[in-house]
Amino acid sequence: MTRALALLALIAAMLAVPVAAQDQLPPAPYAYRQLEDPAQEQKAQDLMETLRCLKCQSQSIADSDASMAGDMRNQVRLRIKAGEEPEAIRAWLVERYGEYVSYKPELTTLTWPLFAAPLVLLLLALLLLRKRFIRRLPEGEE
Amino acid sequence: MSGTEKKPGKRWAIWLPLVLFGVFFVLVMNGLVRPANRDIESAMVGKMLPEFTLPAGVDERPGLATDDFRQGEVRLLNVFASWCVPCAAEAPQLDELARAGVPIDGVAIRDRTQDIARFLARYGNPFATIGKDDISEVQLGIGSSGVPETFVIDGTGTIRYQHIGPIMERDVQIILSEVKKAQTPL
Repeated sequence: MTRALALLALIAAMLAVPVAAQDQLPPAPYAYRQLEDPAQEQKAQDLMETLRCLKCQSQSIADSDASMAGDMRNQVRLRIKAGEEPEAIRAWLVERYGEYVSYKPELTTLTWPLFAAPLVLLLLALLLLRKRFIRRLPEGEE
Repeated sequence: MSGTEKKPGKRWAIWLPLVLFGVFFVLVMNGLVRPANRDIESAMVGKMLPEFTLPAGVDERPGLATDDFRQGEVRLLNVFASWCVPCAAEAPQLDELARAGVPIDGVAIRDRTQDIARFLARYGNPFATIGKDDISEVQLGIGSSGVPETFVIDGTGTIRYQHIGPIMERDVQIILSEVKKAQTPL
């Protein structure tokens, strides 16, 4: 029983470490606060939904509660507030982190196969099935 | 029967699904056994540091600004935090680099002065300056995506090398050679 308790305590201690790895600072001013102008906030929101959180890499910064995502939202909102265009902010981040930070699909020399593949497959399917589309006359008829 | 009418040449096609499954299986297993590298490299290597001015993180050390990196001397910029566990692990190696004569500037991410002071008292203080970055402004500006990360900055303020994660014993020589490389400007 004591052994089981000790094991439990050990597991609890191990689980406690990641919890300790959190900063104590309050979130950045615009991490959780919307911009005063609804139109600007909408712009910021649309952009934040297409930017990747670098801590939790499958979430957007709009979804993530990581403190770094909060700081990124703060940056985005401050820049929108200052009149910067959303695509300029995206470019600013891409300049720092590469295309990986953006969820918006771009057609580049690297990504064009992704866009071409469905078309190629469709054409291939048509080619393979072309005989089925032709109605053959039953044998014996002229 | 229609089966006997089939040409024997097409019999191999029956194995096709199994082969496809095999290929898929190998791909998935490969991904499981050797997970992809999730580090995000900064695209700022080879570019100038952004403009910033950070207040001092602790009383004993001055704060940090971009101009400090333009004095013709190669410096290390270490992104750390007192709440970051691996940052404690790299402390002896940072100390070793400082003793080798490389000036190290710290950027404390989302940290409080009393916490930084406690961290330094416990793990040593190899830093020449410590800037306090409360909104990850410098971190985002240099394309760093976590703590700890270490950047080699040459005498003109250009980022020359990025080390992601804690500096382990095996990394010290690599960083020293990168510092040497940075002494000749681009």
